[in-house]
Amino acid sequence: MFKILEANELTTNIYQMIVEAPRVAEACLPGQFLIIRVDEEGERIPLTICDYDREKGTVEIVVQAIGAETHLLSKLKAGDHLADVVGPLGKPSDLCEESIEDLKKKKIVFIAGGVGTAPVYPQAKWLKEHGVDCDVIIGAKNKDLVILEDRFKKVCNLHVTTDDGSYGRSGMVTKALQDLWDEGNKYDHCVAIGPMIMMKFVCKLTQELGIPTVVSMNPIMVDGTGMCGACRLTVDGQVKFACVDGPEFDGHKVDFDQAMNRMKLYKTEEGRLLLKAQEGDTHHGGCGNCD
Amino acid sequence: MDGFVRVPVREQDAKVRATNFKEVCLGYNKEEAEKEAVRCLNCKNPQCVQGCPVSINIPAFIQQVKTGDVEGAYQTISKSSALPAVCGRVCPQESQCEGKCVRGIKGDAVSIGKLERYVADTAREMGILPEGAKEKKGKKVAVIGSGPSGLTCAGDLAKMGYDVTIFEALHEAGGVLVYGIPEFRLPKEAVVKKEIENVKSLGVKLETDVVIGKSVTIDDLMEKEGFEAVFIGSGAGLPRFMNIPGEQAMGVFSANEFLTRSNLMKAFDENSRTPIMRPKKCVVVGGGNVAMDAARTALRLGAEVHVVYRRGEEELPARKEEVGHAKEEGIIFDLLTNPVEIHADENGWVTGITCIRMELGEPDESGRRSPVEVPGSEFEIECDAVIMSLGTSPNPLISSTTKGLEINRRKCIVAEEATGQTSKPGVFAGGDAVTGAATVILAMGAGKAAAKGIDEYLSNK
Repeated sequence: MFKILEANELTTNIYQMIVEAPRVAEACLPGQFLIIRVDEEGERIPLTICDYDREKGTVEIVVQAIGAETHLLSKLKAGDHLADVVGPLGKPSDLCEESIEDLKKKKIVFIAGGVGTAPVYPQAKWLKEHGVDCDVIIGAKNKDLVILEDRFKKVCNLHVTTDDGSYGRSGMVTKALQDLWDEGNKYDHCVAIGPMIMMKFVCKLTQELGIPTVVSMNPIMVDGTGMCGACRLTVDGQVKFACVDGPEFDGHKVDFDQAMNRMKLYKTEEGRLLLKAQEGDTHHGGCGNCD
Repeated sequence: MDGFVRVPVREQDAKVRATNFKEVCLGYNKEEAEKEAVRCLNCKNPQCVQGCPVSINIPAFIQQVKTGDVEGAYQTISKSSALPAVCGRVCPQESQCEGKCVRGIKGDAVSIGKLERYVADTAREMGILPEGAKEKKGKKVAVIGSGPSGLTCAGDLAKMGYDVTIFEALHEAGGVLVYGIPEFRLPKEAVVKKEIENVKSLGVKLETDVVIGKSVTIDDLMEKEGFEAVFIGSGAGLPRFMNIPGEQAMGVFSANEFLTRSNLMKAFDENSRTPIMRPKKCVVVGGGNVAMDAARTALRLGAEVHVVYRRGEEELPARKEEVGHAKEEGIIFDLLTNPVEIHADENGWVTGITCIRMELGEPDESGRRSPVEVPGSEFEIECDAVIMSLGTSPNPLISSTTKGLEINRRKCIVAEEATGQTSKPGVFAGGDAVTGAATVILAMGAGKAAAKGIDEYLSNK
């Protein structure tokens, strides 16, 4: 059992938790993820690591409540326990492998969308700790949905953009990137993490601008250790497993359309379970919505 | 009965069991077991023991069954095997102990597997535990993976007095026994969990949710956590695919995924919170035991199931008993057939698979007749799911993070057969991580050899 030390709602439906998981905290690096189970009957949920404290033996996770399991997770409070926390899984970010001197010569931009903002934070923080500057673009639907802003400000040059213009710049992250580029920011490395559709369009733009781009893929997974093959995707015509070969890949080589399609696999079943969970005893499946 | 025919074992009726996940084979009762035990000739030079990868004293335990001494029989078996209830169910006895039984020359071999199962199940009901170590050695050994090789190695080392900790990557112990082999062949709560508890009763510690190579490395276990030897029993690895068009469509699964969702995550149970697709018509590609398990699982989830295999019936690598059970339950075998392309609808869901007929050509260097395509014989099978069961390739998590650990051309860990010793001092390995995908009992044999190897290594250190 893994104790939850802190649990907060960051914004509508996005929750942050600090969990005791000494082995994960000791070993994890930016770019890696973990898998949790809420309780003994729970599904294995892959989640990004937002921060870690090696001394305290804790990791911080950020999760959006979208399915039956993440809704259950969002109800947990400080003092509750998770049945399982396993990790870190996947390869660390390539940035952690490069020499600091080389990194200092690069102009790096991170593009973060929605809950994908969380896994960008440890990367920006790691760079800051190693004396490397970077730009971060956070995209959100509106002002209320921008998360982790204060923490980002301490570790990078932050640019916030909202779809409705209610805060920061106005428009999608791709517009913000194009504007920054036109303002003279000639980036030579881009990392995009967020919804697949966002990563797809960022990659389209960065290909035009000639910026090498890394994306972090979050497909459906079961074990997360290379056993089941559920997380397979096509990169440069080759089958890769996000859990052992990734989660980061060269964004210009990922087949996004196929990856997005595969995400739909359990939509019906998950939705059905969610409806059942919400409606409890009153659920009879007769309305046709869950069929 | 004149002794030439074995006592038949009771099974769930094929029509009934095809719709449930309860165990197919019901096993012997006391009367049946004692009657079958009488057939053992108690040979002076028992060939059956030669055929057993863990060298159980088979005639001895069968004599004890004959006299009604189940506890004695259990202790005889558990001297050699940590998992008798498992082995009695999933070992390929026909090619091992029973394959060598002299009774088999003229008539049926003694039903050794079913007797072993009877002893283990009865001992469990009676609450009999294996005998632990009398003296502790005060030395720590780490075992990576809680599958058949790891449990065997851990059990043997604990009996010798070592302080053993098993590290398991998943949330539950058992490896392939819990994620791979289905409930209807190997009940999880009643059998697997209990056998693991027996291993723990010997003093073995178990830490789940630890991925060696990620959560902690082997070097750290030895340098920082005080383990003097390590056994790697991490199992087989990444599922193979055919690389044919359409393989990324929705509704195409690896057998590992399909079985893991059903077995480990209990997706077969309607009340489970982890979903699985319930296909209407499903094609399983491959002819091994894993393919049979996947096919019979899909059948129980309500599908019409076709097994597509490129060679003929004789060449099916699965156990005869499994193939027989599958056929009885209504699984259709499309033999000498190979997939060439998977089709999907506009939403990306599988709609069918194009296959080509094969014929067996001249024997190759290995003596096996290799299948060749019959030109122009393509045909389509309509289906909404395809399960690929083509074996696995080794997982790189441990080999890529352990300094000085030699791997071979096939990326399996190199280890001496007799001792499990790898190229790295103090590190031993066995099971599928070394051999590639094989059987439960071969992995147990390797775990046993490595326990001996580790004991020798630590005694001389």
